[in-house]
Amino acid sequence: MALTGLFLCTFLVGHLLGNLQLILKTGEEGRRAFNEYAYFMSHNPAIKILSWVTYISILFHAIDGILLTIQNKKARPIPYARNNPSKNSSTPARYMAVLGTLVLVFIATHMANFWYKMKISEEVPMHSFIVSVPDQSGQIQNQEFYYTHNLQLIPKDDNFSVKNGTDLYMSKMNIKIGEGYRDLHTVVMQFFSKDNDSALFAVLFYVLSMFVLSFHLWHGFASAFQSLGLNHKKYNAAIGYIGKGFAIVVPLLFAIIPIIIYLK
Amino acid sequence: MAAKSINITLKIWRQKNANTKGALETYSLNEVSTDSSFLEMLDQLNEQLINERKEPIAFDHDCREGICGMCSLYINGRAHGPETGTTTCQLHMRMFSDGDTIYVEPWRSRAFPIVKDLVVDRSAFDRIQQAGGFVSVNTSGNTMDANSLPIPKDDADKAFEAAACIGCGACVASCKNGSAMLFVGAKVSQYALLPQGKVEARDRVLNMVRQMDEEGFGNCTNTGACEVECPKGISLENIARMNREFLKAGLSSEK
Repeated sequence: MALTGLFLCTFLVGHLLGNLQLILKTGEEGRRAFNEYAYFMSHNPAIKILSWVTYISILFHAIDGILLTIQNKKARPIPYARNNPSKNSSTPARYMAVLGTLVLVFIATHMANFWYKMKISEEVPMHSFIVSVPDQSGQIQNQEFYYTHNLQLIPKDDNFSVKNGTDLYMSKMNIKIGEGYRDLHTVVMQFFSKDNDSALFAVLFYVLSMFVLSFHLWHGFASAFQSLGLNHKKYNAAIGYIGKGFAIVVPLLFAIIPIIIYLK
Repeated sequence: MAAKSINITLKIWRQKNANTKGALETYSLNEVSTDSSFLEMLDQLNEQLINERKEPIAFDHDCREGICGMCSLYINGRAHGPETGTTTCQLHMRMFSDGDTIYVEPWRSRAFPIVKDLVVDRSAFDRIQQAGGFVSVNTSGNTMDANSLPIPKDDADKAFEAAACIGCGACVASCKNGSAMLFVGAKVSQYALLPQGKVEARDRVLNMVRQMDEEGFGNCTNTGACEVECPKGISLENIARMNREFLKAGLSSEK
C-alpha cells in the first residue's frame, strides 16, 4: 500500500503538470501545448512503461486495500455499542477505505470521459484549424488544415487521408507524409464548458472528488512513510508538513482547472 | 477536594460464556464516592448484585496500581476510560458526574474471545510472545553479566520504554482494525535495540508477525489510536521499527 501509494503521489504531480497546460496558455497556443503534451504522453516509450506501472499500481493499491479492509473488519466481529474514536485518531485516517473507494469511482468516470475516448474508442478528433485566405477573385475562402507533428500544415481535403488514427497519407500514392495530433484540448474544454449542459455537474463532481482525494492524502502521505519504517524524530515533522501541504496543494490545483474552464 | 457521592447509571456487557450471545444490561448505582476507583465502583455494584441474589459481573483486575496489565474495559467508548496514560484501575470516579450513564464493554477483538462478561482471553498475546519475544541464554553456569556489554544510553532508554508495555491489549481494543502492531512492535523493539536481542532478530520478527497474523488481528493503517490510548505511552516509533526489522528480515532470511 505504501509503495504504490507513494508512486501514485508522484503520478499525481506529473498529471497535474500536464493539466496545468490547459490554463497556463490560452488560445491556439494553449491548444497546441496541451495536445503536444498529450501526444508525448501517448507515444513516448518510457511514458508507456510508466503508464502501465501506474495502471498496475492503481489496481494493486485498490485490491490490496479491499483485502486488508475485509481482514480488518473480520478482526472485530462485534462492534462497540459506544465508541469514541474521535478522541484518539483523525477522521481521514479512519475513513481511508471509504475515501479510497470514492477516489476509485472518480478514476473510473475520469478514465471513461477522457482516457477511454483517447485510447480505446478513438473518439477524439484530429487537431485542425481553419485559415481564411482570399482567392484570386478576392473572395474569402476558408481552408481547414491539420496541425502536424513535423510542423507541416496539411489541408483537410480529398488529397490527404487519415489512417491509424492520426497518420496522414497522400491519398493517391499511399505515402505517409505526416502525423497529426488528437485534439484532446477541445474535448476537455467542451466537457467543462458552460455551453455544455452537463458541465456544471461534471465540474462539481470533479471538485468534490478532489476534496475526497485531499482527505485521502491528508492521512495517506505520511502514513506511507510510517509503514515503510521511516519514522525518525528528525524527519517526522517535515514528512507531516510536506504530506499535509501536498494534500492541500495538489488537489486544489487540479480542482482549479475545470473551474477556470467553466467560468471562461 | 472533599469526597462527594454521585449516582450513576451503568450499561454493562453481560455474557455468560464464549458460546452464548451477550447484551448490555442497565444498572443503577447510588452513592458512589468520587474518591473510589473505577474498579472499586464495580466492586460496589457487585456487592449490590450479590445482595439482590444476582450474578456478579466478572471483570479482570490484579495489581490495581497500573503495572500488571490485567484490567481492561472499554469505558464510554475508550480503552481504560477517558483519561490518557492510565489503566482502568487508575481511573477514579471523580472523572464522572452525578447522573452520568457509563458504558462498560469488554475489549472487542476476534483474537480476544470473551470468557465471561467483561473478561477476555488475551492468551493470543502470550502465544505471540512465545513465538519470538525472548533471548536464548545459555544457563550452563558461565552466563555473562548483562552489564558487561556496553549499550548506548539512548538505545537502552528506548528499549526500556518499549519494555514498559504491560500487554493489556488497549491498543487492539482501540484500533479500528483490531491490530496488535503496537504490542508486537514494542516486544520486537525491546530486543531489537539491545545487543543481546540482535542474535535472533531476524527469526524473532518473522515468527512474531506470523503468529500475530495467525491469531486474527487486523492490519495497521497508522491511525495512531493505539499510541493515544496506551496506558504506558508506547510510541508508534516501535511499529516503524518492527516494519524495518520485518523488511530487513524478509529480504535476508532464507526461511
